[in-house]
Amino acid sequence: MERVLTILPAWNEAESIAAVIKELQQEVPGMDILVVDDCSRDATAAVARAAGAKVVRLPYNLGVGGARRLGYRYAVEHEYDVAVQMDADGQHDPRYIKDMIDALSDADLVIGARFAGEGVYKVAGPRQWAMKLLSKALSAIARTRLTDTTSGYRACRGELINFYSRNFPVEYLGDTVDTIVQAKRCGYVIKQIPVSMRPRQGGTPSNSPTKAMIYLFRSGLALLLALVRR
Amino acid sequence: MRLTFVTATTGLVMLVVIFELLRRRQLREKYGALWLLVAVAVLPLAFIPTLLDGLSSFLGIASGLSLFLFASVVFLLLVTVHLSWESSRLEEETRSLSEEIALLRADVAELQELREKVKTP
Repeated sequence: MERVLTILPAWNEAESIAAVIKELQQEVPGMDILVVDDCSRDATAAVARAAGAKVVRLPYNLGVGGARRLGYRYAVEHEYDVAVQMDADGQHDPRYIKDMIDALSDADLVIGARFAGEGVYKVAGPRQWAMKLLSKALSAIARTRLTDTTSGYRACRGELINFYSRNFPVEYLGDTVDTIVQAKRCGYVIKQIPVSMRPRQGGTPSNSPTKAMIYLFRSGLALLLALVRR
Repeated sequence: MRLTFVTATTGLVMLVVIFELLRRRQLREKYGALWLLVAVAVLPLAFIPTLLDGLSSFLGIASGLSLFLFASVVFLLLVTVHLSWESSRLEEETRSLSEEIALLRADVAELQELREKVKTP
């Protein structure tokens, strides 16, 4: 039996985290859940612990990339075979975890992707261009069709966990773009499976055009940096 | 003459300040050494501002002062780039430390729980 760890980076998610953990426990019994509390000001850590998750708490806010790297480090130190990373806001449906773990049999990194047939999720304008740009470029690099490169819903196994625990990029968008480029460059096999995303249980997604333009610009920069980095 | 007085005083004050910072161990030696070298190199210029004129005419620059300003801008740029690099490195180091602390605290909490269980069977 493979030991599986789900990594949930959480920042001020006390209201939604218990429901997410409960759903995970029902959907995939026997799997360990690690909540990486990125120095929340609310009771995220306590709520998660009460719900039965393992909790590590960062002494100051490192951002989602930093929290994920800590999650991978935890997975390495506690010798897990498979690490699944999800968002803690309930967007990612835990029903797909089993499929993702199955897909790991012939890949090192499995990305749960929107726009791949399943579910409805619409974006438009500069944000859509940015996502198109990233998916085109990264599909070419990874030599496989990747429709949703910014998805934070992923599973990886074995040596790649070790690799991410040392090299997981902590910069904005680096945690999505850089991770794919690095994994490919080091010879790992990347694959995607279609998933549907749910609306977030808390918070609102940003729709301002200025923010979308900045997003486009930053994705271009992230891509450029990922390509020229050693 | 008055200009020379101003530049010379500035150079001397800089030298004293750096030396004092080094003496009080407020400045790491590598930075202290760098700035001391700069101060020592600039000091003769402060007393005799025309010292660079020969070199600048050789390089095709109109006056020694322009050469000096150009060189100092380049130098300061390099120093700021170096500081950015240094702070990126420090950030990476503190990040690793904070990860280490988070993992250790999780381990400690687990051990404490175990101990409680042993105490109260």
